[in-house]
Formats: sequence, C-alpha cells, structure tokens
Amino acid sequence: MKGYNFAYLDEQTKRMIRRGLLKAVAIPGHQVPFGSREMPLPYGWGTGGIQVTASILGGGDVLKVIDQGADDTTNAVSIRRFFARTAGVRTTTATAEATVIQTRHRIPEKQLRDDQIIVYQVPQPEPLFRLEPSRVETKRMHGLADYGLMHVKLYEDISRFGQISISYDYPVMVNERYLMSPSPIPAFDNPKMDMMPALQLFGAGREKRIYAIPPWTRVKSLDFDDHPFRAINAPHPCGLCGATDSYLDEVVTDDRGGRLFVCSDTDHCGERRAAGHIGADGFQEAAE
Amino acid sequence: MTEPTLLSGRGLGLTFGGITALADVDVDLWPGEMLAIVGESGSGKTTLLNVLSGRLAPDRGVVWYRDPDDHLHDVHAMPAPALRTLHRSDWGFVHQDPRQNLRMAVSAGGNVGERLMAQGARHYGDIREAALDWLAQVEIDASRIDDLPRTFSGGMLQRLQIARTLVTHPRLVFMDEPTGGLDVSVQARLLDLIRSLVTRLRIAVVLVTHDIAVARLLAHRIAVMQRGRIVETGLTDQVLDDPRHPYTQLLVSSVLNA
Repeated sequence: MKGYNFAYLDEQTKRMIRRGLLKAVAIPGHQVPFGSREMPLPYGWGTGGIQVTASILGGGDVLKVIDQGADDTTNAVSIRRFFARTAGVRTTTATAEATVIQTRHRIPEKQLRDDQIIVYQVPQPEPLFRLEPSRVETKRMHGLADYGLMHVKLYEDISRFGQISISYDYPVMVNERYLMSPSPIPAFDNPKMDMMPALQLFGAGREKRIYAIPPWTRVKSLDFDDHPFRAINAPHPCGLCGATDSYLDEVVTDDRGGRLFVCSDTDHCGERRAAGHIGADGFQEAAE
Repeated sequence: MTEPTLLSGRGLGLTFGGITALADVDVDLWPGEMLAIVGESGSGKTTLLNVLSGRLAPDRGVVWYRDPDDHLHDVHAMPAPALRTLHRSDWGFVHQDPRQNLRMAVSAGGNVGERLMAQGARHYGDIREAALDWLAQVEIDASRIDDLPRTFSGGMLQRLQIARTLVTHPRLVFMDEPTGGLDVSVQARLLDLIRSLVTRLRIAVVLVTHDIAVARLLAHRIAVMQRGRIVETGLTDQVLDDPRHPYTQLLVSSVLNA
C-alpha cells in the first residue's frame, strides 16, 4: 500500500519486536517488555498480536486470523483485511493452508505443524495479577519461581466450589519453570499447547509484554494430585457437523429456551460438513 | 553451653543517616531457645530483628545461621532465592499486625496452606488436613476453615498467623511484639499458646517486646537494648531480679507490680 511500509510498522519497530521475540523464545514463558506502538485499532482488539504478526510476516506468508475460533467475526475480518492491504499477503480461512495464524481466545482444532506460527492476542500477560497487585513483587516471584500463591487460588476454588472453577485463561507452567497466562483461551485448549510442533508467540499491546513457547515445549496446567486438571466442554455434539471432540459455543436461537451448540472453530466445522458429517440441527438447515 | 549456636550476630552496626540504630551488637541463639530483646521504643529492637532475619542489611558485622546439615551460612551473603526458601521453610516471621502477614482475601485454610504449597505440596486433601490440624492447635474452631480472616477477632487473627507460620515446622521464628494491641486476657491466652507450642516443637525464637512481663513469661534469656547497643544480657530471671546496668534497673523498676 502506497505511503506505508510493508505490514504497516516501520522496520526499526519490527526489529525491536523481533529482538524481544528472540529473547522470549530463549526463555520460554518469560515476559519480555517491548515498546508497544499505537496501532490503528483500539486496545483490547489485538494491538499486541497485530504488532507481533506485523514483525514476523514475510511476503510469502499466508495469514489466517480467528476470533473465538471464528474467521468471520469483526475482529478477525478487519485484522485479515488490514494485512491484506498493508502487506499484500495472501489470506486464508483454512488452518492447514496458513503459515501464520493470529488468534484471539482459541487454538484451532486441527493439529498445527512445525512450519506454522500461532500468534495470540493477550489482554493481561501477568498470571498473578489478580492475586498480587504489585508488579515489583510478581517480577520477584517469577524470578524466584515462588508460585505458591497460584496454588492458593486453586485451593480456594476447591474449598469453595468443590472443583477448580477457572474455565478460561487457566494458568500453565512452561518448561517446568515459568508460570504463564495462556491468554483467555478456554481451559479445553490448554492440552494443545503441550509439545505443540508450532511456534507460539504472545503479544500484549497495552501491557507492553511479549512472551513465547518454542516448539516441542512442555506446558502443564496447574492442578492438585487429587484434583487433576480437567478440560471443560459442553456435553453435546456439534449441532451442525456432529463433532464430539471440538470446543462448542452455545447459541441461543429463540426466546423459548431453544439453543444450539456449534463448533467454535468455524473452519473445522465447515471442513467436516464438506466431508459429509451432519449434526442433528445441520440436516434441518440443509433441508430449509 | 557446649551445643553450637543456631544463629549468631557478630559486631552488627547500622546507621540511618546520623542516627545509630545498631552499634557493636553481638547476639547468640541456641536451638530451642527463646531470646527476648527488650528496650524502650527507638532502641533498635525491631531493627535488630530485621537484620538478624536477613530483611535489612547491616553496615558492619555478620549474621551466621547454622542449617540442619550443620553448614554455616552468612545470612546477608546468601543468594536471594536461598534466603527466600529459608524464610518460607526453616524460618518464620510473626508480625505485630497479623494483617501484614495474612492474606485477608484468602480463607483461613488457604492462609495456613500457603507455605506448604510454596514448598511444593500438591495434594489438596493433605493440605486441608494439615490446615485443620493447625487450626485445632491454635484453638480455632474447625468450622471456620473456609471463613475469611476479616471475620476473625484480633486474637484469632494473631493465632491464625501463628498457625500459618508454624505449619512448615520452622526451626527458628522471629516475633515482633506478637501480643501488641491485644487486650490483657487475650494476651495471656496467646502467650500461653506460644509457650506451649514453642516448647513442644522445640522452636528457637527471637522475640522483640517492650513488655517486660511478656519477656519474663516466655523467654529463657533476655537482651536489654538502649540506643542501638545491648547493655545487658543474661538469663531472664537473673537480669530481671538482679539488674546490673542502670538502664535495666530503671526499666525493671518502672514496671508496676500487679
């Protein structure tokens, strides 16, 4: 696009972010500060993710952007169009075709490969932030791997609710060293981060932090021996494609209590339907 | 005593600008012993406690700590992670204001369990059991385990703080005016509790207090401080019944005999 550098950010900024990314990859799960720029996008809409994507994007890359698993929501559509215009890269909705996937709050259902990079949009990079208000103190806790406090939170959950009640942004231990916020992905997606072949990058624009998980790194969700981690999902098959192993969104369909459970990963659902899988409500839709 | 000391301070000195907080202070503490540091406010008692516990670095002098494997450590030369580990396992700190130590937004059970979890306990049932056991030991009803500390009275808060500190069976506990701000009957009960727990578990204690009566009741040995110096030290009864230094004589005679 005329008047703009490739992928919007100037080369100095990209270089600065790449340096941060290298540090982050070298210390899995450690939060690296960076000079976050103003982006033509409000905070909370993925300013961190978009800067990371801009810094790693090359002319030959194929970009996919998802928001809560969907390719067709406002956030996903506008970020995809942003890079199509400022970088001229090819975009796609198919997980398998993409080389860079920017995501908000989901990991695609399809297993990622070692030639792909997934970029997470992160609102709050500090996993201890609700428990310890002082950044100075949380930095010290990370430095000394002093994470008893996080388990106190889990203890409180079990004593109050009988189970660990965190359903998204479920804290993980990266490479048995750093406590990390996986960004607000559902706990259901946490196991996918463990030993993932793809490089995982996290960008928090407002909080000015970058962190990363290199490929094939151990990522463990915190739990107790007698209350092991459980991935929570709605106990239904997808209404459209009949999948029983994908993360489901609940959609209210009318004001008489009607509801529909559908895959939150639209690409996954579409692919399954194209392959002939039909759910209980999908058949109906086809008939109409 | 022939037994080696647990904690020793040698030649400790510290000034804040022109104010001498500590000067030439030597302290020894043996395992299972309770040492009281008394003196008027501003005499450097709390500063000495902070220096001994590694929370405040002295200008001069050294603090030695002997670990269970009989190795000596210079407390102020220890790397931060090691000192932190020491503070959450072998050592404990009881503050005058329990709110400084407790997490007010976390239940009593969570407060007691935190040190266990920081040490790597990962079995909910065991942590819960330990919390219940310790609440019973400090005479807090088991039904209060899931209540928040803000619903507790001042005396209960202080007992909860003690349970939270002792749950990891520390060998050495620093106490800063543990009975300050409590009314007399609650104080008496708390002193009784501290004395029985400390004796049973053989914990060494450095106790800072301005209250001679507390020192007499709890401590084996006593050190009297004035203007940053230890002016007299010895067995509690000896020092209090037969004070030698004029300042100690003044201090003892100023206490009303009830």
